[in-house]
Amino acid sequence: MRRLTRDRLTAILMLLPSLVVLGIFVYGFIGQTAYVSLTNWGRDPAQALALRPELAFVGFENYTRLFSGFLETRFRQDLINLFFFTVFFLVGTLGLGLLLAILLDQNVTGEGFFRTIFLFPFALSFIVTGTVWRWMLQPRGGVNLLPTYVGLPAGEFEWLTTRQQVWRFDWSQIPAMTSLLVAAVLLLLAWRAWRGGRHLRAAVMGGLAALLAAWSFTLGQSVALLPFPETRGFNLALIGIILAAVWQMSGYTMALYLASLRGIPEELREAARVDGAGEYQIYRFVVFPLLGPITLSAMIILGHISLKIFDLIFAMTGPDLATTSVPAVLMYLRAFRGNQFADGAAIAMVLLVLVATIIIPYLWISLRGEVRR
Amino acid sequence: MRRLLAILIATSMTLAAANTVEIFSWWAGDEGPALEALIEVFEAEYPGVTVDNATVTGGAGVVARAVLRTRMLGGNPPDSFQVHAGDELILSWVVANRMEDLTFLFEEEGWLDVFPQDLIDLISTPEGIWSVPVNIHRSNIMWYVPANLEAWGVEAPQTWDAFLEVCPAIQAEGVTPLALGEAWTQLHLWESVALGVLGPDRYAQLWTGELPFNDPAAVAVWERFGEVLDCTNADAAGLSWQQATDMVVDGDAAFNIMGDWAAGYMATTLQLEPGVGFGWAPSPETAGVFMVLSDSFGLPVGAPNREQAINWLRVSGSLAGQDAFNPLKGSIAPRTDSDMSLYNAYLQSAAADFASDRQVGSLAHGTVGSDPFRDNFYLALDIFLDSRNAQAAANAAFAVAQQYGLGR
Repeated sequence: MRRLTRDRLTAILMLLPSLVVLGIFVYGFIGQTAYVSLTNWGRDPAQALALRPELAFVGFENYTRLFSGFLETRFRQDLINLFFFTVFFLVGTLGLGLLLAILLDQNVTGEGFFRTIFLFPFALSFIVTGTVWRWMLQPRGGVNLLPTYVGLPAGEFEWLTTRQQVWRFDWSQIPAMTSLLVAAVLLLLAWRAWRGGRHLRAAVMGGLAALLAAWSFTLGQSVALLPFPETRGFNLALIGIILAAVWQMSGYTMALYLASLRGIPEELREAARVDGAGEYQIYRFVVFPLLGPITLSAMIILGHISLKIFDLIFAMTGPDLATTSVPAVLMYLRAFRGNQFADGAAIAMVLLVLVATIIIPYLWISLRGEVRR
Repeated sequence: MRRLLAILIATSMTLAAANTVEIFSWWAGDEGPALEALIEVFEAEYPGVTVDNATVTGGAGVVARAVLRTRMLGGNPPDSFQVHAGDELILSWVVANRMEDLTFLFEEEGWLDVFPQDLIDLISTPEGIWSVPVNIHRSNIMWYVPANLEAWGVEAPQTWDAFLEVCPAIQAEGVTPLALGEAWTQLHLWESVALGVLGPDRYAQLWTGELPFNDPAAVAVWERFGEVLDCTNADAAGLSWQQATDMVVDGDAAFNIMGDWAAGYMATTLQLEPGVGFGWAPSPETAGVFMVLSDSFGLPVGAPNREQAINWLRVSGSLAGQDAFNPLKGSIAPRTDSDMSLYNAYLQSAAADFASDRQVGSLAHGTVGSDPFRDNFYLALDIFLDSRNAQAAANAAFAVAQQYGLGR
């Protein structure tokens, strides 16, 4: 038992207010939302907006309905939209950010000028970005008119309003596809373990991968998540939203990567050059591996921004365009327009779980790293 | 000294509280001047009382209603707030016991005689009368520019068949036959089509449950709606209602079906003369029917300045207040005794129709259908836009009605 020194007491006292405030306004309200999501708040119009609504506990009914109800197709499409948005947003921002950082790292003249330009969109709010891009992506104006300046016919693509959908699949195929994806990752790990000489581990992983793959091609095909067929896919209208989001955030990843690139000691590159490595090889074998940790951090930060995205979509396509909607928008409409507060809370909890699956492993790894240090 | 200061601050705060009244609405921008005019009438009548004009802009009140909900649930109601007369008022706020009965005010001011009975029915339950209507808008109007129609050799169609007949000819001119905007304007078009296809009796039966949404007659509405959609602009989902109206004014589109706030927009903002710069007709097959929506102010239970809020309602329902507000808002006064010389040509014709036409309620604007029903009805609309399958959309609408209840 360590002694309660004056110093320690001050520290605790200093931390206490923020702990209390966090406890109430973050964790308390998470708890309340979790509770509301298990009630029927909103079902009975007489209770929905009452000053002190009487709520009945209904268990996981709201969640079951969201994932399997006939009337909840929008929620399921919103989840798919969120998935595709997140994937392309991450790939886009990381790729573009890295490219810009590498270009700026070539000792170009006026680096500070370009750095500011690239970083500037990050200083805007998503509402501003959304409004500007909404104008630019109007089918009759903006970017569709760009080709006319060089004598080409104007673009025809209806950026935000097209109802085209590609990569269509049935909702019930999701378990099979997920297990196939996991199998692929396991196979990759197995291959790396094999090359690293850990043959037993490689064999176990390879076996698991084979098992998962076999399941997804046999039993996995007959899984029925819904009593009716339901086709989902990637809505092309999302491309406009992704463009705007990448435009806004890639400057930020550029800054992260640039800082990281500057942190790589020149000696390492020179040593590689002495060993006869070309410029490409230096990046491939020296620079990129050292960018691993910052990539992970950037993915976490961007990933949770992407899962929570609301304002950008609200500003660009409004609340009711289902083709570009995400669960956060639906949550807002359900709770504050449709008076279905329990449904809104359930959607909020689904989002919390999604964000937690990203954040918690990250926190766990980084905290463990700190302890070791 | 310090105690004196505290007393001073406390008294000044109570004084300030007693002399302000907070009015919550979504009237800003183009509609702001109308509200300002109403506030001026109030301040002239009750000098010394400050009006705290709490407007929340955006999206036909979507944002304002969200803010209102958080305030009401948090036990912090404004003194009076804007709400659509009809099911939006009754099924959200009255059933939850959040409003005060205003029957006493209607009796004191003699409003039972000057407001039309149909309208009073919309804001009443057997337990009382729950708000004061300040304006009347009509939803089922088709707008056009007379000179353009003449140039294209087209007349405003009386029936949907006639519209679909001229549709290819208009398209051949490189013009969109019917300008359409974002989702709520599509719902707006749907209700006009439904009224035309079903007629007023059966349309009204939709909201009592006597005509189920999966009835073949209701399926036929979706089929007709699909045919009409084929004559609209492809980029509809990205346009606001003003942009859709602009298409008609600019000659990019022949017609637009929108509520008569479009007349206010064209007459006041775009400075067009009613009847010359723009023309109007009831949307096809709805002549003689007035699809009504009305904004009203209510008195929430626990209003901080109840006395001043009642005074505000007194002014909102008064002849002076309504005749100051409505000509600027581009709507007609619900009162039957208003001075029609203050209103422009369009509004005079609307008032004449309002007095003689059969009245039905608007779904898109909260007169019929509960908030949860409307919120989820967009799903049926979306299913239809995706699949163009009338039966599937009708089934979805039926399921929504089953799950969330229709109306009263």
